[in-house]
Amino acid sequence: MSERQPRLAIRKTYKLFIGGAFPRSESGRSYVVRKANGEFLANAALASRKDARDAVVAARKAFSGWSAATAYNRGQILYRIAEMLEGRRDQFIADLAACEGVDPAEAERQVDESIDRWVWYAGWSDKLAQVIGAANPVAGPYFDFSVPEPTGVVAVIAPQASSLLGLVSVVAPVIVTGNTCVVLAAESRPVPAITLAEVLATSDLPAGVVNILTGRVAEVAPWLAGHMDVNAIDLTGLADEPSPSEGADSTSGSPSSDNSRQSLAADLEKSAADNLKRVIRPPQDAVDWYADPGLARMTAFLETKTVWHPIGI
Amino acid sequence: MASQRFEYAPAPESRAIVSIASSYGLFIGGEFVDTLDGRSYKTVNPADAEVLAEVTEAGPRDVDRAVAAARAAYTRTWSKLSGRDRGKYLYRIARLIQERARELAVLESLDNGKPIRESRDVDIPLVAAHFFYYAGWADKLAYAGFGPSPRPLGVAGQVIPWNFPLLMLAWKIAPALACGNTVVLKPAETTPLTALAFAEICQQADLPPGVVNIVTGAGETGRLLVTHEGIDKVAFTGSTEVGKQIARAVAGTRKRLTLELGGKAANIIFDDAPLDQAVEGIINGIFFNQGHVCCAGSRLLVQESVYEEVLAKLKRRMSTLRVGDPLDKNTDIGAINSAQQLEKIRMLSDVGESEGAARWSAPCELPERGYWFPPTIFTGVSQAHRIAREEIFGPVLSILTFRTPAEAVEKANNTPYGLSAGVWTEKGSRILWMAERLRAGVVWANTFNRFDPTSPFGGYKESGYGREGGRHGLEAYLDV
Amino acid sequence: MTTRGPVETAELSMTTAGERHARPEVLQPGTVTGVASEVGLRSFIAGLPGVDQVGADARAAMLASRSIKTTSKQFALDLAISMIDLTTLEGQDTPGKVRAICAKAQRPDPADPTCPPVAAVCVYPDLVPVVKQTLGDSGIKVASVATAFPSGRSSLDVKVRETADAVAAGADEIDMVIDRGAFLAGRYKQVYDEIAAVKQACGPAHLKVILETGELATYDNVRRASWLAMLAGADFIKTSTGKVSPAATLPVTLVMLEAVRDFRDATGRMVGVKAAGGIRTAKDAIRYLVLVNETVGEDWLNPSGFRIGASSLLNDLLMQREKLRTGRYAGPDYFTLD
Repeated sequence: MSERQPRLAIRKTYKLFIGGAFPRSESGRSYVVRKANGEFLANAALASRKDARDAVVAARKAFSGWSAATAYNRGQILYRIAEMLEGRRDQFIADLAACEGVDPAEAERQVDESIDRWVWYAGWSDKLAQVIGAANPVAGPYFDFSVPEPTGVVAVIAPQASSLLGLVSVVAPVIVTGNTCVVLAAESRPVPAITLAEVLATSDLPAGVVNILTGRVAEVAPWLAGHMDVNAIDLTGLADEPSPSEGADSTSGSPSSDNSRQSLAADLEKSAADNLKRVIRPPQDAVDWYADPGLARMTAFLETKTVWHPIGI
Repeated sequence: MASQRFEYAPAPESRAIVSIASSYGLFIGGEFVDTLDGRSYKTVNPADAEVLAEVTEAGPRDVDRAVAAARAAYTRTWSKLSGRDRGKYLYRIARLIQERARELAVLESLDNGKPIRESRDVDIPLVAAHFFYYAGWADKLAYAGFGPSPRPLGVAGQVIPWNFPLLMLAWKIAPALACGNTVVLKPAETTPLTALAFAEICQQADLPPGVVNIVTGAGETGRLLVTHEGIDKVAFTGSTEVGKQIARAVAGTRKRLTLELGGKAANIIFDDAPLDQAVEGIINGIFFNQGHVCCAGSRLLVQESVYEEVLAKLKRRMSTLRVGDPLDKNTDIGAINSAQQLEKIRMLSDVGESEGAARWSAPCELPERGYWFPPTIFTGVSQAHRIAREEIFGPVLSILTFRTPAEAVEKANNTPYGLSAGVWTEKGSRILWMAERLRAGVVWANTFNRFDPTSPFGGYKESGYGREGGRHGLEAYLDV
Repeated sequence: MTTRGPVETAELSMTTAGERHARPEVLQPGTVTGVASEVGLRSFIAGLPGVDQVGADARAAMLASRSIKTTSKQFALDLAISMIDLTTLEGQDTPGKVRAICAKAQRPDPADPTCPPVAAVCVYPDLVPVVKQTLGDSGIKVASVATAFPSGRSSLDVKVRETADAVAAGADEIDMVIDRGAFLAGRYKQVYDEIAAVKQACGPAHLKVILETGELATYDNVRRASWLAMLAGADFIKTSTGKVSPAATLPVTLVMLEAVRDFRDATGRMVGVKAAGGIRTAKDAIRYLVLVNETVGEDWLNPSGFRIGASSLLNDLLMQREKLRTGRYAGPDYFTLD
């Protein structure tokens, strides 16, 4: 028997996730993603405004079905995502160690919390309406009730530093209530987002409910903020810097300083005002993604519908 | 071809999917154990009266042991676990139930006599859904409206009936565990098998020993359990008579009590109802699960102007009901659960006739062995008749008429019970007007016998107190 | 097993059922014509009991879970074949194509003489002579769509002429479409008069009235249109053209079956039901038979009571037939594609 040669690994091509498929950027561009230690990690697709446009179309197309699915069904699917994520636990731990430069224990903690975060939100699918809905005792012969409904297509600028737990924490609350979304992954740490896309694609989640773009926030976010068929935008990812050790590749056009990020956030919010998108502003203080998430990220993207009906014979 | 008819050949679900042991012990402290001071009895398949297995009638020391195991589990592990981890166990159980759904459905139909179509499409999916729902609450109790950090009660003693064996188990165990309690549950005497299968599921889920304990037995075992000093909470589903005994037994103790008891629901058909669907609703209301349903629509109130039409449609539809082998996928109505129950249905039906009501049964051939009763209606029934007042708990419908909405409400409410009611009309405002006045815990409009884990269920008046299901269902297991 | 020809059956129940009962005055065809009856027709149609969508869907879904096995399946497959209106309604139809499906209609499975023929062959009016000539006296009915099928957007004159042409060319059955625009606008009388006029133009030919339920949107409308068509003289009411989605569905067919059942109770006249469009598998077809069996019963379980408008369904029925005969799954390569 001949001696076994060291095996040459097959590397993965990191692509976008739009409408349940994994296309390259229509622009044909990519950008270098480096590990925390500066080594080459991957060429990620550099999404263009047209990719953003396609992603919005996919999200809109998915909205009617996803928002009409029963809460039970949505909960089952979110729980399924947790199951699939658990199955790829080791891969995510490796991704995080590479991307964020954290030690294995910290990576493990973040992955575990991310799995549990899906479970937390899965449970909310059929409970939120029971907590924030109401039967209203109006003074008159009317039955009057208020129920939450999803607002529509939500654009999400994912947190730059917490590339998995942060991402899950902003995506799950958007979709559990029936919204669909277009997510712009952490600019210099997009790999966990793409791996998550592979989880989503195999979790019974209908195509288009979550669409993930990788690329420059400063380039793509304005198109999402200005898009008249987007109903809401989460600017959380404009609050934080990816990390001090970030490679030089991602500085071009990225929100590198506090000032430029703040002014971009303000511009995006202005742009969002054109069709009165619901907006989550970038948080003022550092976010502890391990804390109890509360309801705010769900309620931000819900409408309240109140129905009146007479009572009589 | 011309001489043949379009008939359904038998389409039996395979029994091979279940393996029933010849005898079962009790499930205490995470293990199946032999009885200390009980004895064994046989559980039979009501469709052919064949013995399915020998099970244990737990004695006083068995109940002591079970309560002690539940207490130990509560103190040492379950009350110390985070809500998140309690939820994870419940999610596991929900998934295991989904994975073993067909097996559980067959087992349920064998032991209970209900048609496989119902155990497969209604009971077992609802069981899984119930565990999923309450799994999600376990780490969200602070949001449920019972204060910032609501506490569990401790050890719950739960006694359930034979009409929806595994579903009633789910209604009891899922919220109890989600809230942080441990349980000792006694399934009904005649339907212990799915509860014992559930015990196995607890093992597969690695549920900490003692969190769930199953003691099989009859009324005496139930009495031992609910009167046991070591429990903090009693939850009972069953007859109003036994419910009252339990209420007396816990009087003066610190035990919390919830009761889900009998009913004599009115199903009210207005002349503007969608009649074909109303007829389906009447059928579903009284013949679902052979009428062994506490919320069954056993009193039909029809507006006089459509009485003849509804009666004709109802009889025609009843003639298509397929009564027979519970395991046949085409069976609509299965076997009566026990000889004793069959006797009661027969007795009350005979009383109905002797009191002057007219009896009509759908033409159908009943199997020779086992316990069977044909789908039956009584016309010419008045409020004074016993069949209009007493819960028959079988496929027997009493038909009355009314002229105005107010009269319908009056008749519907004229009962000591108050579990459920049905209203059929195309007019939305009338539905709400009726719902406002009906003294019943659940009002179904243009539908009947719908159940969902998110929807609270329970009765007014002598139908019991407390709610199961939904956010409200948490209250029964929290110290609020 | 003897094969019952669709012809005899059709004659049998279509002529006898109607004569048995005295018809209530209000339901006599003709009494709602004329100026005064416009209001009567409207109030009658509006007064029909509503259909609860959720309940109707649930009932249809429950019946779809019936399990049909072994001998009953064998019977059901042959029954379904005998109920098929084998249809080709394409712009690209040619005499050659039509002759091919006529051959298939007569001997669906050339290898198996016990396989029954279909009920009818359904084509556009210009191809009726080809069908007539090819089928000859096979007993299989010649069916033609008419009245500016599928949209129905033409003048009444043209619709009547087209009908008369098709009948003159040899059509035994006419599949007309109702004016959905008029129906949705509440002009019931216009819809009624049009059906009555086409019925007259049919002469001896049987009239199937296509409601195009996919465009009527609600089950309430399906029930109303069913009654309107029956009052105006329809011999059959039919779900769809097959050109609009959704076409036939189980709950829509359920509502129509309830309508023909109630109509016979009221008038004594038996009207057939045809489900058309989207029924592609034997499993689908059997579900429809179950629906017929449990809603209206045996009287309708024959080609004069129930038809299935389809093309690709036939081969699936044949494959299932083969599966029952041989015990192994059949492959499409072994069945003709006409």
